[in-house]
Amino acid sequence: MLNNQAEFKNKTHMGLSKRRVITGKIAEIVFFLCAVISIITTLGIVVSLLSQSLYFFFEVTLWEFLTGTRWAPILKPQSFGVLPLVTGTLLVSGIAALFAVPIGLATAVFLSEYAPDRVRKIAKPFLEILAGIPTVVYGYFALTFVTPKLQIILPDLIIFNALSAGLVMGLMIIPMVSSLSEDAMVSVSRSLREGAYALGATRSEVAWKVVVPAALSGIVASFILAISRAIGETMLVTIAAGATPRMSLDPLQSIQTMTAFIVQLSLGETPHGSIEYNTIFAVGLLLFVMTLTMNLIGHLIVRKWQQVDK
Amino acid sequence: MVTDEYILSSDNLNVYYGNFQALANVSIKIKPNIVTALIGPSGCGKSTLLRCFNRMNDLIPIFSLDGSIKYKSQELYDDTTDATNIRSQIGMVFQKPNPFPKSIYDNVAFGLKINGYTGNYDEAIENSLRRAALWEEVKDRLNKSAIGLSGGQQQRLCIARALAVNPEVLLMDEPASALDPIGTLAIEELIRELAGSVTIVIVTHNMQQAARVSDETAFLMVNDNRAGYLVEHDYTDKIFTNPSEERTEAYITGRFS
Amino acid sequence: MIKNILKKENYNQNLNSRYTKGKLYFTVFFTALMIAIIGLAILLFQIISQGTEMLSWTFVSSYPSRFPEKAGILSALVGSIWLMGLTGIFAVPLGIGTAVYLEEYAPKNKFTQFLEINISNLAGVPSIVYGLLGLAVFVGALNMGRTLIAGALTMALLVMPIVILASREAIKQVPYSHREAAYALGATRWEVVRSVVLPSAIPGIMTGAILSMSRAVGEAAPVLAVSALVYLTFVPTDPFDRFTVMPIQIYNWVSRPQDGFRELAASGIILLLVLLLSMNSIAIYIRSKYQNKSEE
Repeated sequence: MLNNQAEFKNKTHMGLSKRRVITGKIAEIVFFLCAVISIITTLGIVVSLLSQSLYFFFEVTLWEFLTGTRWAPILKPQSFGVLPLVTGTLLVSGIAALFAVPIGLATAVFLSEYAPDRVRKIAKPFLEILAGIPTVVYGYFALTFVTPKLQIILPDLIIFNALSAGLVMGLMIIPMVSSLSEDAMVSVSRSLREGAYALGATRSEVAWKVVVPAALSGIVASFILAISRAIGETMLVTIAAGATPRMSLDPLQSIQTMTAFIVQLSLGETPHGSIEYNTIFAVGLLLFVMTLTMNLIGHLIVRKWQQVDK
Repeated sequence: MVTDEYILSSDNLNVYYGNFQALANVSIKIKPNIVTALIGPSGCGKSTLLRCFNRMNDLIPIFSLDGSIKYKSQELYDDTTDATNIRSQIGMVFQKPNPFPKSIYDNVAFGLKINGYTGNYDEAIENSLRRAALWEEVKDRLNKSAIGLSGGQQQRLCIARALAVNPEVLLMDEPASALDPIGTLAIEELIRELAGSVTIVIVTHNMQQAARVSDETAFLMVNDNRAGYLVEHDYTDKIFTNPSEERTEAYITGRFS
Repeated sequence: MIKNILKKENYNQNLNSRYTKGKLYFTVFFTALMIAIIGLAILLFQIISQGTEMLSWTFVSSYPSRFPEKAGILSALVGSIWLMGLTGIFAVPLGIGTAVYLEEYAPKNKFTQFLEINISNLAGVPSIVYGLLGLAVFVGALNMGRTLIAGALTMALLVMPIVILASREAIKQVPYSHREAAYALGATRWEVVRSVVLPSAIPGIMTGAILSMSRAVGEAAPVLAVSALVYLTFVPTDPFDRFTVMPIQIYNWVSRPQDGFRELAASGIILLLVLLLSMNSIAIYIRSKYQNKSEE
């Protein structure tokens, strides 16, 4: 009997055979390695940005880079002060935020507190479509439609300018503000709303005085993450905002953002390893640090909010 | 039962959630300034009935009713009746304490603000907290977050918050069921204290609590269609010592729950 | 008993003005939503009105040219399809593997937390930075040159978080009771994953895969950094060719001030949007069809 059982088990691989154990362990290692790739990616980003910028920083001091107000890496005389690019980036992103933050939040409040189910079912796909449109399309729209229309009202507007780019960028990030804020508000517990209604509050009062304050950290996080997205955006600004680094906050003029500069130099004929080539990594490093900081702050705020709720 | 001036009443009330009937032909009359308990097995519609009185069921889309339900002489589900207005006269405390994530002061002040209180806020807030037996414990930390309070304290805060609106009726939906025995005791004492100045209708699944706390008790049960109906409504000591209905006696003595 | 000092006459309920305020708020919020929707509508209308005239078979099958009438998007179209496919080959398995590790194997410790934070940060890194990574590592250090394979590897890193997120959601949906049943029969963890978890999660995973590839098709910035090519008159025939993609071709046309190129760009956009719409529709269809199935 025993012999037959042992033979049976061996033949049919029942019971925990060595083969199954080894296969299991290999699978675990493979999956682990997949996960490690994400760490390698981050390391890769940091190392490649740092190492290539290092060559840049041998020739240009960090101080000069971060505080200089003239950016002319190719024209002679060369100057490597990055502030014009940062100014351009912040100008466009600032306009985008001014436009997208109130509209995105208001949209979120509407969808979360006022809209009946039917309206939400139609509105949300629209917003998802807005979010999914490639940014070259937004750039096209800014250049060929928004700028000419704005030029009617503002005759001083140049064809490449920060205002059109900022407005269209705002349209682009509305879905991000709206859906993250809405998530935050929808997760405010029902009992909180009921408590407010039971005290004799109207629907708007419940929305503004109870729900929005309760969801505030999630809402603020959505602003931060959306602005970070605006800062990192490339094609829209490359097409519509111009290629003129400028220390000006005048939205009617042409500027250049950090991302547009990187594109400009990537397409140009700069030789590999020259200082001009290395500037794109220095600017890229600065861009990475800025967006990483904002994203970390945003995620920290979300986590703090989730803890308060539980 | 003697017909006094009733503060809440219903006549042949039927309540539906979509196609499901939750309450069938409920006719009840609640006297002012006493504590009335609604008891019965789970699913018998006591919470549903409670929530009809301050129009909280409006928040549920599939809710509908027919029959009459009145606050004093005002038909509650009339077109001329404003739900927001009603809720400032008929307050509610919920099973799970739900203080706003604001300071203790701001929680109690909330009802004052939205209802346009013109008197002294500090006095009103202190008064409400004293009536809710919470003042001594929080008077030194009024601007601390309400979420930091214990469960029992939070519930008393919710009661203070409701009292600040100066309602004539306070509806309580199993207010002590989420609390520990000490918290429960505090709430029960509080209910007896408040009984003279405000009408209280309390839903409870705890019969001993109903016996301790209420002046009158209404017993509801489910019929064969799972709709709730009123079996008996009388003085509390009569219900618990010598009920008129057999079904009431069966429930009280624990032959079913 | 504590006396109630509150008096009825001290409450000015002002219901009318509060309701009016409420209506005002409602109007404002609704307007906000409409601004977003109308903005989108104007955008789409503008593109369609500009782009339909040049849309033709010649357009799809010709190479770009100095003359707008003769220009086409063929090289970019083929490049996009190549890139999409190669990206998928790398991103999807690695993304699924990461998701499986995080959902089925990873212990609840600091390292796992770190992994998750890392992935969500990667999702927020600007796409041009991925382009720089690809330039430095794949084109530069690994000497692949400015080829399709370098571009695909770069895009794969960019879109992997999308695959990971969607796969994790799909895996989370598999009820624990299914796993329990398999474990109780003596299955190893890998066997449970292989025979229970993955088969049930496939629809959600496929949705994530398609969404990630559709994202890859729409991106221009990282491809610009890696391929540095905007004007290409041949079709890539293997992964080691140089290439361009539709968004870049569109960018090239938009940047030209001469007449005719705006319309070309619009036509290219229509084609791109149609491609994206089809892919996303398929993804959504799969998700809803199998969501309904699993609810039965």
